[in-house]
Amino acid sequence: MNEQTPLTETMTMAAALNSALHLAMDADSKVLLLGEDVADPIGGVLKISKGLSTKYGRDRVRPTPIAESGIIGAAVGLALGGYKPIAEIMFMDFTTVCLDQIVNHAAKLRYMSGGHTAVPLTIRTGVGTRRFGAQHAQNLEAWFMHTPGIKVVVPATAADAKGLLMSCIDDPDPCLFIEHFDLVFTQKDEVPVGEHRVPLGQAAIRRPGDQVTVITYGTQVRTAMAAAQELAEQGISVEVIDLRTLVPLDMDTVLESVEKTRRAVVLHDAHTFCGPGAELAAQITENLWGELLAPVLRLGAGYSPVPFAAGLDFHPTADDVVAAVGQLLGR
Amino acid sequence: MLTTSELQDMYRLMALITATSNRACAEVKAGSLQSAFYPVRGLEGVCAALGVAKQPGDQLVSTYRSLGDALAWGSDLRRVIAEIYGRADGVCGGKGGPMHLHDTSVGYMTSTGIVGSGIPIAVGLGIAAQLDGPNSNGTGRAVVTTFGDGATSIGAFHEGMNMAALWKLPVLFLCQNNQWGEHTPIAEYAGSTDLAGRAASYGMTAVKVDGFDPVATADVLREALERARSDGGPTFVEAMTYRLTGHSGSADYSYMPAEELAAALERDPVPSFRRAMLTSGQISEADLDSIEASVAATVDDAFTFAQASPEVEGHLRYRDVFAEGASLAGMGVRA
Repeated sequence: MNEQTPLTETMTMAAALNSALHLAMDADSKVLLLGEDVADPIGGVLKISKGLSTKYGRDRVRPTPIAESGIIGAAVGLALGGYKPIAEIMFMDFTTVCLDQIVNHAAKLRYMSGGHTAVPLTIRTGVGTRRFGAQHAQNLEAWFMHTPGIKVVVPATAADAKGLLMSCIDDPDPCLFIEHFDLVFTQKDEVPVGEHRVPLGQAAIRRPGDQVTVITYGTQVRTAMAAAQELAEQGISVEVIDLRTLVPLDMDTVLESVEKTRRAVVLHDAHTFCGPGAELAAQITENLWGELLAPVLRLGAGYSPVPFAAGLDFHPTADDVVAAVGQLLGR
Repeated sequence: MLTTSELQDMYRLMALITATSNRACAEVKAGSLQSAFYPVRGLEGVCAALGVAKQPGDQLVSTYRSLGDALAWGSDLRRVIAEIYGRADGVCGGKGGPMHLHDTSVGYMTSTGIVGSGIPIAVGLGIAAQLDGPNSNGTGRAVVTTFGDGATSIGAFHEGMNMAALWKLPVLFLCQNNQWGEHTPIAEYAGSTDLAGRAASYGMTAVKVDGFDPVATADVLREALERARSDGGPTFVEAMTYRLTGHSGSADYSYMPAEELAAALERDPVPSFRRAMLTSGQISEADLDSIEASVAATVDDAFTFAQASPEVEGHLRYRDVFAEGASLAGMGVRA
């Protein structure tokens, strides 16, 4: 009897990320992982790198001191030295301690050297829990979008987590890969078995619709899908776009959709003020001013540090999306 | 023991560095070079020692005060000066400038304008060298990172030094101690001015040497590089010098204590070395004169070349933001 390899397998985002790391390290001995607690037995504080140091050794899966500037600086040096490092920064807030290495070095070295020094570096970082308070909770992706020279990638599904991470590792330039803690543990979907790549810079239409476009990414894709379902039951047709990468930004898909629906909501966990949605709203408005039936609406976090108290509303909910869509439709 | 030919090479390099640094400052002051140039006067001996101690294959991470390091490492003077002018023939095609010289063709991997930030990068290159192991001749590769005393105060220094000692990396940390952090003297910014003593506390070999003595410095650097290449771990070398100019090409330095500066100028590397060679008879006066004449011509040639080099073409504005093929359209750049 022929053994049939299943084409996909149901797995969590955590398992998909772990699978991508195993495949990348297996395929190329130049791929390395470094960061705090990344080696076994702990295998990363979220266990994403579980098993890797046991299989590939501590030279390639290197637990580091608690020294983010040192970690990213060393990763930049490894990249200059011909390796493909994956550096883990446990919480996105901790990128503040190594911004110099990310912004002034990783992102700029190719340009400043006239193309002689590429930095093929992937920085994996997590965000999305409020249980540690405001210093372990902030979505800072807009900062990195504002820094030419680094790609910004945010998966919403387990399949994309695998495919986008493998693309980041292959990429000849630095990539910031943002893992949302809720999604890591609770998002389960069909993930291609074996190597799987999702090209950077291509948005996905998660749900087609023709009255309003909701443009989002990361964990808010779920919120948008829940809202779209609820609205469909009221007879309102919403198109949901999952950007998947914020840099490069797939404006073609966004503009094509809004040209059709003529109404748009941008939605994210990051702060509304100067958030990624501000850029999207501006580009939509500049390109489709005469076509829009209503101003583009932005939904994101309010202007305060992330509150610890669960009773304080912070990230947009499906109800917020439903209300925004209602507003656009004049209801 | 250095050979006569090596001593001549050192003299040539020192004289070249002095003449080029002085010429660049003069161009800045004349307004003909619109550029933040950081003079290297006082570091000539350390750079010349580095030039004779390095071996092909070794890699360098430098700082913004990098002219001497670049020449020690073998970068082409014409292309270095063209880069300082931001012209098309520069080592970085004009997009780096004097603070960001890179020349991977000679293993000069990067330089940073952010004080201390090159140290962790050199650590990463050191990990790469350690993982690569010895070459086919059985020799390892050493990584050198140069920085001033001012860089020892920032966190990146501590993080990098600790990692290098922890993993016994083949890195030479070469502190070019000119005793000034920008416009502040070392005693006003460091609780302990014994930087080698601090380095030893990380668990690595640390040596202090007279950086105005290129021969002594070359011996120390050779030993440190040999230790690195033979998997003996990192070394911190504190080369004691003094900044013989202001912080930048056009900066006022009237605040520097006159007697301190005068004492340091007594030991100005090029004239001191010349006197020493004449006294010992290791290089003849005719040979020293001939080196100086050839250096003057080389510097003139390089500045003439740089000033004639074309401006960078406008279509290169968005090249090398990312590798070719990545679309910048979503970020507002239409091809």
